[in-house]
Amino acid sequence: MASEPNVEVAPAPAGSPWRLAGRRLRRNRVALAFLGLFVLIVAFCLIAPLWASDVAHTGPNKTHTLEKIEAGGETREVVNREGKPIGPQWFEAGGRFFLGADGRLGRDEMVRLMYGGRTSLLVGFAAALIMTVLGTILGLLAGYYRGWADTLIARSMDVIWAFPVTLLAIALGLALAVGGLRIGPLHVSGDSIWIPVLVIGFVFVPYMVRPIRGEVLSLREKEFVEAAEAQGAGPLRVMFGELLPNMLSTIIVFFTLNVANAMLLEALLSFLGVGVQPPNTSWGTMMSSGFDLLTSAPLLTLLPGAMVLLTVLAVNVFGDGLRDALDPKSKVRLEAHSGLSAAETLEGIAP
Amino acid sequence: MGRFVVRRLIGMVAVLFAVSVLTFLIFNVIPSSDPAQRMAGKAATPRLVASINEEWGFDDPLPQQYLTTMKKVFSGDLISYFGRENVNERIVEGIPATFSLCLGAAVIWMFFGLLFGYLSAVRSGGLLDRGLTIAAVAGISMPVPVLAAFFLTYLTYKTEVFPSGGFVEFGESPLEWAEHLVLPWVTLAILYVGFYSRVLRSNMLDAMDEDYVRTARAKGLSERRVMTRHVLRNSLVPIVTLFGLDVGALLGGAIVVEGIFSLNGVGQYAFEALKNQDLPPIMAIVLFGAFFIVLFNSLVDIAYAYLDPRVKLGETAR
Repeated sequence: MASEPNVEVAPAPAGSPWRLAGRRLRRNRVALAFLGLFVLIVAFCLIAPLWASDVAHTGPNKTHTLEKIEAGGETREVVNREGKPIGPQWFEAGGRFFLGADGRLGRDEMVRLMYGGRTSLLVGFAAALIMTVLGTILGLLAGYYRGWADTLIARSMDVIWAFPVTLLAIALGLALAVGGLRIGPLHVSGDSIWIPVLVIGFVFVPYMVRPIRGEVLSLREKEFVEAAEAQGAGPLRVMFGELLPNMLSTIIVFFTLNVANAMLLEALLSFLGVGVQPPNTSWGTMMSSGFDLLTSAPLLTLLPGAMVLLTVLAVNVFGDGLRDALDPKSKVRLEAHSGLSAAETLEGIAP
Repeated sequence: MGRFVVRRLIGMVAVLFAVSVLTFLIFNVIPSSDPAQRMAGKAATPRLVASINEEWGFDDPLPQQYLTTMKKVFSGDLISYFGRENVNERIVEGIPATFSLCLGAAVIWMFFGLLFGYLSAVRSGGLLDRGLTIAAVAGISMPVPVLAAFFLTYLTYKTEVFPSGGFVEFGESPLEWAEHLVLPWVTLAILYVGFYSRVLRSNMLDAMDEDYVRTARAKGLSERRVMTRHVLRNSLVPIVTLFGLDVGALLGGAIVVEGIFSLNGVGQYAFEALKNQDLPPIMAIVLFGAFFIVLFNSLVDIAYAYLDPRVKLGETAR
């Protein structure tokens, strides 16, 4: 029987699992396209200083309230008498006010969009890193030691879990934005972008601990752990030398989901005024200030919002593809963050 | 069963206690401005501040302040620091709007989540499936304010199809009630439609590989019957779980949606109180929200045990 051309032949056992995953990923065109989109967005944010100095000739916080610009052969006010900001000029003013001005202060929307993206991406990645590292360590400890360590960690996670997430994040963000944070010699001032990073990193930790703990619980019964212990490996060596490498694919997939969720929460907190604080700009703060002008200049809200949507969408779709490539049978899905399986809930109740 | 319920109740109380202590600590330990100073206003004299401290008990040791606050939460005498209004009454006033919003949105997301998930799974791999999958991920990736801004711009300001906000009691005029809630419902529901359709799709695809599905087909059942009676039904269990948890979490207030559409519900009150660092309403609302989360968590576990006989209550799962 002649085999069809696209029948999948079992790949030769050459190469590590990582190389196989890479091959699977390269075949997933949708995931690659969205990775490309993500790279484009990052590049867009990275060229911010270049655009600001050479095209727009302004900075993200520079105001142009009373200025006039020459565009398309006529003189236009950046902010008119009713306080309405100028709309998109594209290249009519030589690239100045490419997307218009941002409100009464007359700041360049395009420049702010580029700089704001840097903050949003930084907060998203830093917060995702915190929740991934904390979640992995706590999950490892709970799953490896079981007993009282597990009880302690699981109960603390239950308490955080019982909080309405946004409410907890707002409460923490607000309390810290007013007073700043002081841990020993370390002082983080209230308007620092590290406050939202810490808050977001903290509130999502429980979402990561449970699945990691579950995986550790099943992995630690495997022979390779027994073998390592028989060779005299201590707890640290078993946790970080044996268990961790075996969960790496799960953790990588989780990291992408964490970035997406962190960026969404950042946008929400900043929209409510308890996330990124001025003088820093993020897409969330831009949506927030734009919302006041929604009736006259809806683009000021829709543009930064669309940037958040596109970035998070790109991260989510790529993360999905990554999961399919690394571990096609994995149960870690986008949905992992919306709730937990009832089986996991039950584990939490068991005495 | 009885023992499970009792143990679960004790656990609920313990978690709620921890939640209230944590909330209290966030606003007392983390440096923020002194409530007495702020209540006294701009013309604060040391004497006025001292008398406020005396009257509201801000000088008492923290554990005692905590106990007084909690006592008032349950007796209904809790008064907010800044509006000087009865907190429990304000929460009760907000309940119709909050419940209308989240229960209505829940109906919408359940219907469309299941519909899209089912279609996606049945036509898995096809064009419809791919389109729905991208749409679902877009729904999950959507920041709520931008969706609201989009609807307000194109359906309210430009075309005046729907009102921009406000809440009308159902008893007053059911039609206006619904008209005012359409945009908030859809804004809130879209995220969950994405989640639910994806969960259902992947569960159904897993179920299709099961032996009982092959048996059903071998019996000669129609494909439609196999899908609805065997695949769909067995894939609904995790959806029920999710549904309980999500509704529980939302009953405490959907802060952003309520705020944007000025529904004056519990969530909006929570945000006002947070902005004023008004501790009494914050304590009460956090407890109110946490109560529903913990309650629905327990209900889901009990429901799960009924739906899936393999799960025995009170024993470690698996």
